[in-house]
Amino acid sequence: MTPLSQYLVLGAVIFVIGLFGVLTRRNAIGILISIEIMLGAVNLNLVAFSRFVETTTLNGQVFSVFVMTVAAGEAAVGLALILALYKSVRAVFADKFNILKW
Amino acid sequence: MNWSELLSAPLAFKLLALAAVIFAIAAVTLRNIFHCALALAAMFFALSGVFVLLDADFLAVVQILIYVGAVVILMIFAIVLTERIASASMRQTNNLVIPGALLCLALLAGLISVIRTAAWPVLETGPQQETIKIIGRQLLSTHVEAFEVASVLLLAALVGAVFLGKEITKK
Repeated sequence: MTPLSQYLVLGAVIFVIGLFGVLTRRNAIGILISIEIMLGAVNLNLVAFSRFVETTTLNGQVFSVFVMTVAAGEAAVGLALILALYKSVRAVFADKFNILKW
Repeated sequence: MNWSELLSAPLAFKLLALAAVIFAIAAVTLRNIFHCALALAAMFFALSGVFVLLDADFLAVVQILIYVGAVVILMIFAIVLTERIASASMRQTNNLVIPGALLCLALLAGLISVIRTAAWPVLETGPQQETIKIIGRQLLSTHVEAFEVASVLLLAALVGAVFLGKEITKK
């Protein structure tokens, strides 16, 4: 059986990759993709803890069900926002979304 | 974690972890945003394989259903609706690549050092069975409030997405 720490290291690596994407992407859809990667890494950590630490109640797996729910809602609202912005700004790049500035 | 432990890990975990990391890097760094969405789908396939290794069979299937079946499809819809402007010939990164990479490497080093030094209260148990039964019972007993709040959240997300996606009439 693979020890817990290796799953945690895998989760950390994937989370950091997603964070790098959030920091460096210009495309707003790319930023959403990176956020989904980070949420996937969090899910991996929750499932690993529910396998190794909270083994009887499976609280980690229940929590990752909620994380997936929120991620799905966030993707739907985020993409609708991007499409609405695309209609008015004609761009999907995050540095073009400055219409709240005055 | 030390390197001899890493070498003794099962081959399935090594392959799935390698695939997940490679596809995550591809999803973050590829220039064509459409390829990024496909790499995201592949990464979630690899991650659900890791879930199977962790005896979370229900979550592995749910992950493929929700992410690959719904979220990635939604992203591909958004990409093809905006593609003429978001073409691959434009610059895809901002000026933060080097500071961002340094920050991420520092965070990774900190996380790995914490993971290696912390004393995790690991229980030695056999493989988990009947996860679906336990998850269903937990969702409707211990976590029933969160379950109901999640349903209201999904309804709000649905209404919000429809409202935002609606054609805005100019006055």
